[in-house]
Amino acid sequence: MSTDTVTRPVGRYAYDEVDRTFVSQRVAQFREQVGRRVAGDLTEDEFKPLRLMNGLYLQLHAYMLRVAVPYGMMGSDQMRELAHIARTYDRDYGHFTTRQNIQFNWIRLEDTPDILERLAGVNMHAIQTSGNCIRNVTCDEFAGAAADELLDPRIHAEILRQWSTLHPEFSFLPRKFKIAISGSPHDRVAARFHDIGLVAHPGPDGRPVFDVFVGGGLGRTPIIGVKLRDNLPEEDLLAYLEAVVRVYNAYGRRDNMYKARIKILVQALGVEQFREKVDAEFAQMNRADYRLEPAIVEGIRARFGIPDLDAPADAAQKLEADRKADARFDRWVRTNTHTHRHEGFISAVVSIKPDGGIPGDVTADQMDLIADLADAFSFGEIRVTHMQNVVLGHVRKDRLRDLWLRLDGAGLGTPNIGLVGDIIACPGLDYCALANARSIPIAQKLSARFANPELQENIGNLRINISGCINACGHHHAGHIGILGVDKRGEEFFQLTLGGSAENDVAIGQIIGPALPEDETVDAIARLIDTYLVLRHEGEAFIETYRRLGAASFKDAVYAPA
Amino acid sequence: MPLLENGHVTEDRWAQATAGEALPDGAVIVPLERLEEGLARPKAAPLGVAIGPDVDVAVLRPALPRLALVAVNFPTFRDGRAFTQARALREHLSFTGEIRATGTPLPDQYEFLLRCGVTTVQTDRAEDVAVWQQAHEIISIAYQPSVLHERPQGLGLRRFLGK
Repeated sequence: MSTDTVTRPVGRYAYDEVDRTFVSQRVAQFREQVGRRVAGDLTEDEFKPLRLMNGLYLQLHAYMLRVAVPYGMMGSDQMRELAHIARTYDRDYGHFTTRQNIQFNWIRLEDTPDILERLAGVNMHAIQTSGNCIRNVTCDEFAGAAADELLDPRIHAEILRQWSTLHPEFSFLPRKFKIAISGSPHDRVAARFHDIGLVAHPGPDGRPVFDVFVGGGLGRTPIIGVKLRDNLPEEDLLAYLEAVVRVYNAYGRRDNMYKARIKILVQALGVEQFREKVDAEFAQMNRADYRLEPAIVEGIRARFGIPDLDAPADAAQKLEADRKADARFDRWVRTNTHTHRHEGFISAVVSIKPDGGIPGDVTADQMDLIADLADAFSFGEIRVTHMQNVVLGHVRKDRLRDLWLRLDGAGLGTPNIGLVGDIIACPGLDYCALANARSIPIAQKLSARFANPELQENIGNLRINISGCINACGHHHAGHIGILGVDKRGEEFFQLTLGGSAENDVAIGQIIGPALPEDETVDAIARLIDTYLVLRHEGEAFIETYRRLGAASFKDAVYAPA
Repeated sequence: MPLLENGHVTEDRWAQATAGEALPDGAVIVPLERLEEGLARPKAAPLGVAIGPDVDVAVLRPALPRLALVAVNFPTFRDGRAFTQARALREHLSFTGEIRATGTPLPDQYEFLLRCGVTTVQTDRAEDVAVWQQAHEIISIAYQPSVLHERPQGLGLRRFLGK
């Protein structure tokens, strides 16, 4: 197919015949691998890395398939196919993850090649959503739309997706490897909590340059990434990343999987020595072989569809009038929208956190509805966020109320983005083979406890993150209030951390005291929040009050109820 | 497992040094700790060296002009350090001789091996050669440069893998 006739889906890279062939070959290869496994020619130990490289986990009760949503962007056609997969091969729902992917929890091994083939039909795959390789690259959910953006990071995210896909040298690394990229000065990608975090901005000549952070991460050993270099020129982006990952592949520990992440290597060598090794590798590379030419970047950019942003002159006034006329709508606009670079548009966040619901779970019918609404209101473009919500990136302001009415009618209009109900939770012991405790019931109880939208808005910006074990998939270290499930002689306990943040004010939460029994945890958090409401200064968010006063003021509330 | 080259079985003309015994006359692969002994042989005798995955291949730099083969090892298929060693041999040390993968790489890693500069595979695994041949044929497109300098496809970093 020539590039001239191809339709370019808004916000994502348009596949052509070569890209499709690539994915089809991978499906055929996996079908053959499953066949060898079923025939007994591959042991489970040998098959495991192969299935993991196609997103297939063996969980507590069933196989789980994690489908890649590159940098969180997908189209309505793709969402409808996911709905079909949920209906046909799963129990009618899917789960959006903090890695901007979607996973299905009840998959049969024998069905997986067929599912992958269906995904290939809409230019999707599950490659590298798991395994010790470079995982799905994540990106700002408001990319290409946000008013504060300096540079659309999706083009480089796609280049990194391509570069890292079945990279011959980096598909059997010591451990998984996660890259995030932002094009905004406001970090919405947790750049300092990634193996590599890239913050892009225009250089002196207008071409992109990158600040490179390395060695951040959560898990058992939470570490804030260190800046490896400033202003990396675009043409050296791939060469430099090759050098970083090559040093990691050569020197990363392989004797202990818990010490195998790059953050441990960076800490062990010290950032200066790590940087020396990277610079030495970079210096001896033939950089011409790895140069990212502007022509390549522009070629990829040309494959992205661009929304035709055309709004009536009075779109903003219409929205103001709609807000004045309807207090519920007004509240939702306050909490669930983000400023767009075009004055006639706005980005809308669809909360996948209904009161008392399971964070990130979405039914097949809801997927279909989101697809329909994306077609009707946002150029068919859908974004999955690392907060486990969905964004419609470009909604005309004069049509926002129509969108909200349809969301609200379907139970998708919860006005809680960034508030106490917008909880991140891992699947926990309900699904996960690693977990020590259930995350979902705590999330549901907290969400129900704080269902009142006025109360939530009064409490203000507050991030609660829940993990069911120390592997920290719920990013509890990065929560303003973090909740970590621990097992004590067969009983579930929950340890609280306070003061974490994944944004520009990045910090690792501190444990405030002994873990609490399950039935006391929600009450303790409620007392914590009440204490904040008493102690806060005018306009002060929870994290600010906590930082001003320290843990002691909150410890009493948690452990010494009145 | 026979020796594989480009998906086909090939004859192995190399002997392995046997521990505690003197080096034989013909083409021989010595372990790194016997490299000096190997280099002391007559210059016409083909010499190869086998290295473990924790070796920085830069230590081979002085010996490379005399080496016709470097064997890199996969103690398990999960240990991907030999990919980096092979690439460094090709890219940084401009080694043009045979790079042989030993140990237990998976047939599913064949393309990765070749693209990192490995030329022959001698695996301890039991698969039929056909599985390796199939793994060699099944993928025809890649998304990043490699030491093989495959033909670019035109868009971005894509390239066709020549078979």
